[in-house]
Amino acid sequence: MTRWVVAVDKNTCIGSAVCVGTAPGRFELDERQRSGPVTAEIDPDEVVRDAAASCPVEAISLVDADTGEPVDLD
Amino acid sequence: MTVDESPIKYPSAAGPWPEFRAVLRDHPVLRAEMPDGSIAWLVSGHAELRQMLADQRFSRARAVAPGRARQGTEVFAAGSINGLDPPEHTRIRRLVASAFTARRVEAMRPRVASIVGELIDGLLGQPQPADFIACFSLPLPVQVICEMLGIPAEDMEQFHAWSDKALGDWRQDSDEIITSLADMYGYFGRLIEAKRAQPADDLMTALIAARDEADRLSEEELTILGCTLLIGGHETTANQINLSLLLLLDHPAEIDKLRADPALIPGAVEELLRYVRIGGGIPPARITTEDVALGGVTIPAGEVVLPLFGTANRDPSAFSDPDRFDVSRVAANHLSFGAGVHHCLGAQLARLELQEAFRGLLARVPGIGLAVPSAELEFKPGMAVHSLRELPIRWGEP
Repeated sequence: MTRWVVAVDKNTCIGSAVCVGTAPGRFELDERQRSGPVTAEIDPDEVVRDAAASCPVEAISLVDADTGEPVDLD
Repeated sequence: MTVDESPIKYPSAAGPWPEFRAVLRDHPVLRAEMPDGSIAWLVSGHAELRQMLADQRFSRARAVAPGRARQGTEVFAAGSINGLDPPEHTRIRRLVASAFTARRVEAMRPRVASIVGELIDGLLGQPQPADFIACFSLPLPVQVICEMLGIPAEDMEQFHAWSDKALGDWRQDSDEIITSLADMYGYFGRLIEAKRAQPADDLMTALIAARDEADRLSEEELTILGCTLLIGGHETTANQINLSLLLLLDHPAEIDKLRADPALIPGAVEELLRYVRIGGGIPPARITTEDVALGGVTIPAGEVVLPLFGTANRDPSAFSDPDRFDVSRVAANHLSFGAGVHHCLGAQLARLELQEAFRGLLARVPGIGLAVPSAELEFKPGMAVHSLRELPIRWGEP
């Protein structure tokens, strides 16, 4: 089964916490109030896909761990 | 603190606010008795507020459930994205999130700058004094959101009347508010039919496709979403522009800094968002779905929790010397757009409109100033945002 690699670009993140609210336990804010994944490599999870698609600054990337291709956010 | 202690009284509109805010500084989460006698937990610490807003255990849907909503905005919120919890909220928000990302909004900058330019041309052609709201701060966001949604410009004035009512005083004018909302829903129903017959390159057409081709939202959800985007997109922005102008006029040295170096404007917009208290009345409530620990206290399940955005934006642990207005400070961590799933969908668009508005005004309207003493300015009663009736201004020769 494929796995997803979740990353947040901390320079783009504005700390809106939309991802933290959408996918509890999957994202957390650091001391600078910038988001990051709780676990970087995960089983595919629709809530994480929702969070990535809802980010107001498109700071979240989801990549297929096997192929390195971006995961479709739709 | 234990729940047995008697709660502090939340002040009425008349105050005393300075004393109350001094108490809140020592109590980032505090149990209070509201003016109507109900009990609520106030969250005013900056870190505690962001944490609360990002936590699904503080439910908006429960707070606006039938029988609970008291203000017009909360009654409207009950049917809208603003009153939903995940996963229903996520389904609707995903449909519109991509239209409001920083990247998509940035592409609108030239058009927004051009609308600003046209409005300033119109303003400068008016006899003095002129009403800044009618000439500039209201038509700017209304025109932007109408173009985005695909709403004909000739209908703009009608919406403003409806939106004004929907944000108004629910206890006083509930019949008028219900009538206005019904009229607005009716209008959107007809607009949706018109767009079905004649699709265009706009957001309403895209949402209709999401309904008709992919069945991702109901007809009612589609109608309410259109109304929400329209209402959310203008009264707040217009009054943020108004109150920002008033604040800047009170700080001429800060205006001089911005005129000397317009590259400071984006940072100044964040400071204006941090400093201006835009919210009026009781803020959008949450209700705990279970016992939750926050800021050193435990809030029991089923309690009302209120976010105090303006106070969190003056939390000294987040902003040094927080009561000082300083356009060169780093203020972007303010909570004026909220946080978590209800973080303002239009935040990036509001930022861009504010930036272009002040870039244009500072460059092209020299000597802009109030035409009446600020004590004579009147706010509309009962509004969910601090909303001025009129803002008469004068200016010098360009």
